[in-house]
Amino acid sequence: MGAEAIEVVRGICGRWNNDATRLLDIIRAVDNEFQCVSGPVLDAVAEALSVSRAEVEGVVTFYSFLSAKPRGQIIVRLSNSVIDRMKGADEIAAEFERALGIRVGETTSDKRVSLEYTSCIGMSDQAPAALINDVVVPRLSVSEVRRITRLLLSQTGTADLRTLLVESYGGGNNAHDLVRSSVDNSIRQTGPVIFADMERGSALRKALTLSPMEVIRVIKASRLRGRGGGGFPTGVKWEHTRGGDPERYIVCNADEGEPGTFKDRVILTERADLVFEGMTIAGYAIGAKRGILYLRAEYAYLRNFLEHILAERRTDGLLGSDLGSAGVFDFDIRIQMGAGAYICGEETALLESMEGRRGQPRLKPPFPASQGYLGKPTCVNSVETFCCAARILDRGSSWFSSMGTKASAGTKVLSISGDCRRPGVFEVPFGITVKELLQSCDGVDAAAVQIGGPSGRMISPSSFTRTICFDDLATGGSIMVFHQHRDVLDIAAQFLRFFIHESCGYCTPCRVGNTLLLERLDRIRQGEGAATDLDYLRDLASTLQTMSRCGLGWTSPNPVLSTLESFPGQYEKRIPLTDSRNVSAFDLQRSSSEARRITGRDSTPELRSRGESLMAGHAENEGQP
Amino acid sequence: MTDRPRIVLVVDGQRIDSDPGVTVLEACDAAGVYIPRLCWMKGVSPFGACRVCVVRVNGRPQSACTHPATDGMVIENDTEELRRYRRNVIDMLFVEGNHFCMFCEKSGECELQALAYRFGIAAPKYPLLFQPKVLDATHPDILLDRNRCILCGRCVRSSMEIDGKAAFGFAGRSLEKRLNVSSEDGLVGTHLCLEDAAVRACPTGSLLAKRHGFEVPFGERRFDDEPIGSEIEVVAVRPGSIPEIGIDADTDPRSALDSEKADAGGPSGRQGGDTREKG
Repeated sequence: MGAEAIEVVRGICGRWNNDATRLLDIIRAVDNEFQCVSGPVLDAVAEALSVSRAEVEGVVTFYSFLSAKPRGQIIVRLSNSVIDRMKGADEIAAEFERALGIRVGETTSDKRVSLEYTSCIGMSDQAPAALINDVVVPRLSVSEVRRITRLLLSQTGTADLRTLLVESYGGGNNAHDLVRSSVDNSIRQTGPVIFADMERGSALRKALTLSPMEVIRVIKASRLRGRGGGGFPTGVKWEHTRGGDPERYIVCNADEGEPGTFKDRVILTERADLVFEGMTIAGYAIGAKRGILYLRAEYAYLRNFLEHILAERRTDGLLGSDLGSAGVFDFDIRIQMGAGAYICGEETALLESMEGRRGQPRLKPPFPASQGYLGKPTCVNSVETFCCAARILDRGSSWFSSMGTKASAGTKVLSISGDCRRPGVFEVPFGITVKELLQSCDGVDAAAVQIGGPSGRMISPSSFTRTICFDDLATGGSIMVFHQHRDVLDIAAQFLRFFIHESCGYCTPCRVGNTLLLERLDRIRQGEGAATDLDYLRDLASTLQTMSRCGLGWTSPNPVLSTLESFPGQYEKRIPLTDSRNVSAFDLQRSSSEARRITGRDSTPELRSRGESLMAGHAENEGQP
Repeated sequence: MTDRPRIVLVVDGQRIDSDPGVTVLEACDAAGVYIPRLCWMKGVSPFGACRVCVVRVNGRPQSACTHPATDGMVIENDTEELRRYRRNVIDMLFVEGNHFCMFCEKSGECELQALAYRFGIAAPKYPLLFQPKVLDATHPDILLDRNRCILCGRCVRSSMEIDGKAAFGFAGRSLEKRLNVSSEDGLVGTHLCLEDAAVRACPTGSLLAKRHGFEVPFGERRFDDEPIGSEIEVVAVRPGSIPEIGIDADTDPRSALDSEKADAGGPSGRQGGDTREKG
């Protein structure tokens, strides 16, 4: 790496004025240039930004889309969510490996193509899917993989991958010149709040005729609650953000990472104006001049399109200086790209990430409303919440609160995937039953439904009469349907693997405990569990729930706890019946296998059976007083 | 010395009073109530990572080292539930690393080992995970053995906040998270030196001074006579400083107190003195 490369790095850092809080943008650009951030390049970034090398490396190694190890110019990222795998992702991975001549995790010898797994990329309705750099390749089949790999291997230059790979465009704005994607929207059910037609600027113009406090009163009267899953009253949050420092920020959380959800992707594709309008109204209400939309790296293909919408809004006088008739309101929005980390969906981790650090959640208090982005009062809401807010200002609070239930006003957009014939996006009124949902998506033979993604819960048919709302089944929007031939313990194990991969590693219980949960669950799945293992799992799970530092560790035991609750028979049938506490959990042959291999002495069949009877005898004795 | 109004907390049914503006852990320390901790260290900013100090504040779990103490707080600390969870968390730290106490130079001075003894852990109940870790022996005076690192960040914060060097950081995430040093060449490439607070900050045997092994013989080490936490509990017996509610003096492990040490703690907080500074 010569002086030339160092100059390139300095140039990149200069583009962001050597501002360490923009480290994520800088590293993304450096990574894009060199396919890795390591060695002298790392030192050069640290020097330019006046931070330690360890700090820069800490950020590089935190995010899945950045790397301290060299990779190919083209990175194929295979989405490995439960749904992708149900739809054949393993076969797809095998075909990629065969066609590229490398294993997952490797790079071709000519340094052109790397193959990786990645967490759910938000395409569960068109799984199995993959990302090839920024290009989404959904609905993969073996023949499609052959076509793609042939194209990738035959190209030598830096051809535009989008032009090369995308044969036909999906519906709506997926066909827009700045998107050109084969992704489908799959909007199966539209509703009045999110997917109804909108007139750009209508809601904002109405908001600007009110005072900021009046806007907040309208939002409060609508009984709007945050759509991310937490359900905090939006009007109250806005009001809290109005105090203190006059420099305030609006942040839109578009880091849609919960496996099985993809509705924000569709909202950003088809209702970007509504999102930006909601952010602008929120900015007016709380007295912020700047808004930031944090877009997950997986949705980078939408970035130019979203920038274009922002530019149009500036031209139309809906963003920028002197907005409204009084001309006293300034507001603009920028897009912050993520870099592949589920935890950044947690609002304080999101703020850390936006400030160029590892996406580790902050302690609360202080809450973002008093100390958020750059330590200033910040209002963080989800994509869907901002849409609702804009629509409420346009149509009125009583119009909104007349929909849904008393405690859960309005509609909810759900992403439904899995074993159903009509997967896709559904805008439904709150209070709808799971049974009704299953009819809508044509998944009536479901044997289990996962509500709210891996961090949510799995319910059995006896609970299908329950309703989607904040005080029954609260969800950010991920609904996964499983039929009777799916193994719910295998699904739980996959969910745990996801949490193990995505834990930030800051606190002990989450960093270590999830791996311990999986170890015991796997043992049970292999038929080697003991009856005591169920209590062991519950004790571990409650340790994580109580002792972890943030919501990831509080909810990561849910796959185990909710399957234990809804499907206890699935555990019991795998645990061998025995009087002893220990016999089934200890396999003498397996435990001594390594020692036997090293010494080259295998036990004879007689010894083997004697060993087993010895163990059985030991266990019997143990059971006696 | 300002005459600030005092605040009152109830810890396990016992009333303690405290200066305002401190954390739950600091308030309890000053009152002689020990809350187990690993990643906390006096003089550097709190971290809330090890989770050993988690208490229930008005029913909600919070790390005592980071949570501000406020008037009227009801805190659960030494309860059966929390003892069980803390034990589990300490167990997790053991199986995550490779802690081979009987061959470790730090044995008897190690806070992780001392906590395990205090909690009655003879052997970990979880399966050993044996994550591969890199040992860094590049520095002429200091050894970094990541196998014994518990990611408490005490060296990271000490280097940053006391030594002004930023020699350490963290890399990776999840179970692959590891202590990182600010040089591609390893510890030798950093400005770290033996005198730095960062080296002394390590609660385990992860950062060790080379050629200074076993200078203090076993039997004379920090935790050889008294369990970890005794140094805090000993202040508790300042007569009259702690109004107690329903504590049975016969079963109170702190009943044998060193009154000299207690006196060294300074004037009773009642008179507005700062009880946090112990002699």
